[in-house]
Amino acid sequence: MAAISRDEVAHLARLSRLAVTEQELDTFAGQLDVILQAVARVGEVAAADIPPTSHSVPLTNVLREDVVINCLTREEALAGAPDVEEDRFRVPRILDEEA
Amino acid sequence: MSDLTRMTAAELAGTIAKGDASAEEVTRAHLDRITAVDGKVHAFLHVDADGAIDAARKVDAKRAAGQELGPLAGVPIAVKDVLTTRGVPTTAGSKILEGWRPPYDSTVVERLRDAGTVILGKTNMDEFAMGSSTEYSAYGPTNNPWDLGRIPGGSGGGSAAAVAAYEAPLAIGTDTGGSIRQPGAVTGTVGAKPTYGGTSRYGLIAFSSSLDTPGPCARTVLDAALLHEVMAGHDWRDSTSIPQPVPPVVEAARRGMSGDLTGVKLGLVTEFDAGEGAEPGVMAAFHDALAALTKLGAEIVEVSAPHFQYALPAYYLIAPSECSSNLARFDGVRFGLRVGDDGNRSLEEVMSLTREAGFGAEVKRRIMLGTYALSSGYYDAYYGQAQKVRTLITQDFNAAFEQVDVLVSPTTPFVAFPFGSRTSDPYQMYLADLFTIPTNLYGGPGISVPCGLSEGLPVGFQIMAPTMADDRMYRVAAALESAVGTLTPPSLEG
Repeated sequence: MAAISRDEVAHLARLSRLAVTEQELDTFAGQLDVILQAVARVGEVAAADIPPTSHSVPLTNVLREDVVINCLTREEALAGAPDVEEDRFRVPRILDEEA
Repeated sequence: MSDLTRMTAAELAGTIAKGDASAEEVTRAHLDRITAVDGKVHAFLHVDADGAIDAARKVDAKRAAGQELGPLAGVPIAVKDVLTTRGVPTTAGSKILEGWRPPYDSTVVERLRDAGTVILGKTNMDEFAMGSSTEYSAYGPTNNPWDLGRIPGGSGGGSAAAVAAYEAPLAIGTDTGGSIRQPGAVTGTVGAKPTYGGTSRYGLIAFSSSLDTPGPCARTVLDAALLHEVMAGHDWRDSTSIPQPVPPVVEAARRGMSGDLTGVKLGLVTEFDAGEGAEPGVMAAFHDALAALTKLGAEIVEVSAPHFQYALPAYYLIAPSECSSNLARFDGVRFGLRVGDDGNRSLEEVMSLTREAGFGAEVKRRIMLGTYALSSGYYDAYYGQAQKVRTLITQDFNAAFEQVDVLVSPTTPFVAFPFGSRTSDPYQMYLADLFTIPTNLYGGPGISVPCGLSEGLPVGFQIMAPTMADDRMYRVAAALESAVGTLTPPSLEG
């Protein structure tokens, strides 16, 4: 039985903000199924009482000293932007007109 | 003057310090070499000849003024295109960042500049460091200098190939699941992944933040150690950087070069030898190297690491999960590509079209895989379970290091494979990292050093050490190198 269906892959693509083509959906569905069946092997390990590891280094909040340092200028920050207007990032509309 | 491109980094630094050649001459020799052979190898995505000559002249001026030079001053280096270089194009091998010039230097690059190394340019890689062959680069693959029809490993195939082809004596790579060590193995060069947190991730375009580790590529173990010391050390701009001194890797490499390993215990992971395993030719070269190490006084001890067999599946849940989150920043708003912004489409539509056009197939697969593993209903069974397996793998390492000083294995199960032979089934590509991934999950250091040939192609020997004991692996690696020598690929001329 397949671990993941074509419809589920279409849903994942939407969540991932990827406008995939119909042909890609066919290909990815098959490939992701193979990969998921292989990685599902982690379920064979009895690990109910084992704590999870997110990082090999113990994580604590790291704060630098509260002193003023240089940061990017506005020009530098905007230099790589695909579209700029009035010294700001210009973006397409975010809300629907009807909304 | 002997060919400057054939010299090691240590030799070049000595030559420049003595005044037998200027840093500019050394740099020009390597730029000429790149012009001569990179059409065949395609190790570089961008060559910064002007920047390199400027940096070299600064070193020459410093020397002329009688100022002290660092251990790698004037030595040329290539940098994987996943580390930001101020004003110099940085693409991470992706179309989504084509033409982007970062406004800042990564910490690693800043330290290279401070040390007086000469950055020649940026090297090719699998897109966002996801892959084992450079076939997933949006700019075409790099060809292995040993056989131009075969892969140079990945993701850092460009860095390893540049070093193997004498285009640079040193290069920087990054290792998330083996992306420094596996390219090192299949190109007959040395590649080291430092302890996670031992080298800074600031300015490293993130793939899997809990695993990504910058490290050195070189033709000798000593050169790798020299570069390691220059690039490593605590960085306040990286919250997972370890606030401890850099392990004494150069001293350890020099000690290992004496060829004495008396009293050193090498752990042979039983499950690696018996499991899915490596090609017979790879295992033969590996066992020959083990025999050479025992002649130097090392003792071989079999150790069990029962959860290593789950490292590959756990990695391919953890790394894609982190990648799906990290790559959300490529949204067509602040930098890089934007597609479909016709004045009518919504931000979400433009974002989806941009990412669809800008990312390659492997990146899309991993983003979707990670999105799946993190989604509610699947989180516990996939991502959560993989994190628990990560704990068990760490416990396996800790138990093993109570019995032995280092663990050893082949670096990769197979020698350089022909282009196209593992792209149709993505999971076949993942198997290239079978032996390198456990170390990434644990967070310790690992190094690949050439140990011989199989079917005329290089085989890598991997040494894994405890966290922040990077010096141990350099000692064993240098001893092995003293016993088996370095490898020289066929000529690329003609």
